[in-house]
Amino acid sequence: MDEVKVIEIKKSIFEDNDKDADLLRKELKAKGVFLLNLMSSPGSGKTTTLIRTLNLLKDKMRVAVMEADIDSDVDAVKILRATGVPSIQLHTGGMCHLDAEMTRQGLDNVAMDGTDLVILENVGNLVCPAEFDTGAVRNAMILSVPEGDDKPLKYPLMFSICDIVLVNKIDVLPYFDFDLEKCREYVRMRNPRARVIPICARTGEGVEAFAQWLDDEVTAWKKQ
Amino acid sequence: MHELGIVFYIIRDVKKAAEENGVSRVSGVVMEIGEVSTIVPEYLLDCWRWAADKEPMLRGCELKIHTVPAVSWCDSCKQEFPTVAHGKICPHCGSDTTWLLRGNGVEIKEIEVPS
Repeated sequence: MDEVKVIEIKKSIFEDNDKDADLLRKELKAKGVFLLNLMSSPGSGKTTTLIRTLNLLKDKMRVAVMEADIDSDVDAVKILRATGVPSIQLHTGGMCHLDAEMTRQGLDNVAMDGTDLVILENVGNLVCPAEFDTGAVRNAMILSVPEGDDKPLKYPLMFSICDIVLVNKIDVLPYFDFDLEKCREYVRMRNPRARVIPICARTGEGVEAFAQWLDDEVTAWKKQ
Repeated sequence: MHELGIVFYIIRDVKKAAEENGVSRVSGVVMEIGEVSTIVPEYLLDCWRWAADKEPMLRGCELKIHTVPAVSWCDSCKQEFPTVAHGKICPHCGSDTTWLLRGNGVEIKEIEVPS
């Protein structure tokens, strides 16, 4: 039998990415750019929510958007047409998430100097994006009513890393067994710090509160 | 899809470690994977075979998975309990103020090289 030599490694596969992400955050800080990582399941209304939010913020600050998808540029084109906000499309080439290195490559294509806020629309997925720190200053996620109020129990990591949870499509609450209070409680169990804002991206209800939160966060990041 | 992404990170780190140690071929990689890491070992092994065989340094290299049990901590009664069997609720006192202590990691423990 062949002898084998064993070399001890003892290293998490997320370690390099975590370091890259911390470095990216430092660079963003130095440039005064706030990066928001927006995550959710496919079809929860990320793009519609984003369009509403951008229209509330675009006259107050300089905003740019990075759309991450496995393929296609439908979201970037839609954002640009609906808001006039510069939007670039990132293709992950089959990967189910973005990591800090891919985020940096995307940021290199955004005119960062003078930009106050960059919003990264991550790949629609509640598992992988939670594991890879993108280097964003804050993490936000959207949970839509048809998905069910028990999602925080099924995807604990996603809810534990988010600073804010938007509960979208509240206009259809009467048609679903979705208990908003129960949902708040489940989010609290995973993450007592997370703020929960019920919204309806279609009508615009509640989106102002999210835009205000974002406005305050951007101001605080630039001041600190 | 998730597991394939993870495999690419493992390959990157193994190649880096091999280079640092002046090794040109790796015959085995030992992983320590937490019970609640959301990785399905069977899928990981399938993805590994497909991707590793495309790397000259890793052709035929075996991926070995050691599962690390998930353990939670109860803030109320200050005791540990197995996470998978009991979930969020402490089996000792019934409290839900419990936290995962370990068992969600994905770590490369060691690599094996032909001597």
